[in-house]
Amino acid sequence: MIRFLLGRFAYLVPTFIGITIVAFGFVRLLPGDPVLLMAGERGISPERHAQLTEQLGYDRPIWVQYFEFVGNLFQGDFGNSLSTKKPVLDEFLTLFPATIELGLIAILIATLVGIPLGVFAAIKRGSVFDQVSMGAALVGYSMPIFWWGLLLIIFFSGILGWTPVSGRIDLLYFFPNGTGFMLWDSLASGQSGAFTSAVRHLILPSIVLATIPMAVIARQSRSAMLEVLSEDYVRTARAKGMSPFRVVGIHALRNALIPVITTIGLQIGVLMAGAILTETIFSWPGIGKWMIDSISRRDYPSVQGGLLLMAGVVMIVNLIVDLLYGVINPRIRHK
Amino acid sequence: MTETTQQTSETRRMLSEFWFYFSENRGAVIGLCVFMALVVIAIFAPLLAPHSPTVQNRDAFLVPPVWQEGGMSSFLLGTDAVGRDILSRLIFGARQSLVIGIVVVTIALFGGIILGLIAGFFGGWVDTVIMRVMDVILAFPSLLLALVMVAILGPGLMNAMIAIAIVLQPHFARLTRAAVMTERNKEYVMAARVAGAGRLRLMFKTILPNCLAPLIVQGTLSFSNAVLDAAALGFLGMGAQPPTPEWGTMLAEAREFILRAWWVVTFPGLAILVTVLAINLVGDGLRDALDPKLKRS
Repeated sequence: MIRFLLGRFAYLVPTFIGITIVAFGFVRLLPGDPVLLMAGERGISPERHAQLTEQLGYDRPIWVQYFEFVGNLFQGDFGNSLSTKKPVLDEFLTLFPATIELGLIAILIATLVGIPLGVFAAIKRGSVFDQVSMGAALVGYSMPIFWWGLLLIIFFSGILGWTPVSGRIDLLYFFPNGTGFMLWDSLASGQSGAFTSAVRHLILPSIVLATIPMAVIARQSRSAMLEVLSEDYVRTARAKGMSPFRVVGIHALRNALIPVITTIGLQIGVLMAGAILTETIFSWPGIGKWMIDSISRRDYPSVQGGLLLMAGVVMIVNLIVDLLYGVINPRIRHK
Repeated sequence: MTETTQQTSETRRMLSEFWFYFSENRGAVIGLCVFMALVVIAIFAPLLAPHSPTVQNRDAFLVPPVWQEGGMSSFLLGTDAVGRDILSRLIFGARQSLVIGIVVVTIALFGGIILGLIAGFFGGWVDTVIMRVMDVILAFPSLLLALVMVAILGPGLMNAMIAIAIVLQPHFARLTRAAVMTERNKEYVMAARVAGAGRLRLMFKTILPNCLAPLIVQGTLSFSNAVLDAAALGFLGMGAQPPTPEWGTMLAEAREFILRAWWVVTFPGLAILVTVLAINLVGDGLRDALDPKLKRS
């Protein structure tokens, strides 16, 4: 098991180096002088230019700059945002809970709806239920989610008036010492109506973000289940006279879920990309919207840090999924 | 002479077998029909569109579709905020989306095949370097990486296409490499090698044709991904720039009117959905028809 763990970690090292090179190279690849680019259209005096070049270290050899960049990363220094002057890491960590909350609820919805949908479709293969649910899954899989979000806003916020258009909670509520997780904060504050407000704000964005993972999980569950149902041990279980519920629920489902768990893990990257679009549509104050804002503000340190941190999150989650996979599936662990 | 006839009849048999399996999947056939219709619409856009996609009609701002009160018969699907005919913009938008799909898949396919062939054929450190670089690209959320690349290259359709192609390309490289590694030591490759085939011939003429099936399926999936991602970039203001009638860009321009004029938002998105859905249906059909494992069951 320890060898398995170490192997996984060792595998990450070259990827991590690659990610830092990409993030480091990003500002260098911008055509022109980075200091002038960051100054934007306002321009900059020659003295200030020289001062900034020295301060930011652009006058030194590129490999020195790179090693210093990586060294700083290990000390938690991701540079400072150009627009707020605050450390990029602080900004990221302030906004990250909003994205985690949205992403967790989305993946929860996707799993709780997707797996049963796929499993039942497989059991009732060829039925109307199978065809309708898999048709719906294909539509979900093909969905431009930014449009889907706008449609839901038109219908539920515009016509029915059930849900708010944007934000995380009504402006009435404010939690100065909150954790950043609105569901938890609103519940802990004990203010009446706060939790309901948070839920009402969360519901549309999480449905939008859940759409594609849900479709992928449903399709994957169905095909995994179909494969398992044709295995010998399932036939043996049936032949032994076990109830269909035991055969499907215990023998087949447990084995079918193994590849599905990997699929769920792989959706984290999809969720991150989806968060960029979802948060933009719903003005959700998370890292997706922050990245878009940073790009349009030409706040390059923020973009660089955000790119690095988001890739890091995806990498760590994939590692956890890998390890989990090893725990669930002994065949992998002992290989 | 007889050899070529034999070869063509063999190709014909394979094609008819392929069509047999493909046409069994009703969804795939429907998808193919919709896709063909889109191609026709894109080619004959100037003939089919009732108006120019960029001309602004000052006396017709935000006109609703014809069946709604206030609609005008000359603007079937209504007009946008500056009085452009939505139907015409959608028709011309089909061109953008198909070109995006074709360009992106071509770049990604060629890049991926060449890298995958080299990695799989030579192995060793060449393989390690190429595949680690692919891992790095895959470590980033694809849309995010494409976005940042466009931020570097500057917003615009061409840069968006390049960025999306780079992001999608590792999938092709991985598939090709895996296929080459399983084919490399098979007897027919040995035979060709013994017969004196050069490296390039071995790579492209002997091995590659036998790895095509998964690449074709991946190519279709990437086509729909490209259309979706390009629309997303357009929506975020980093893809095609206004007044280009690109569907994602149209949605971005329509955002502020969503609660007043549902049609400016609904139709471009519907066009994206229908296109992507049609291509994915074809992709599913291709996978079923080309995957020998599924064929047997």
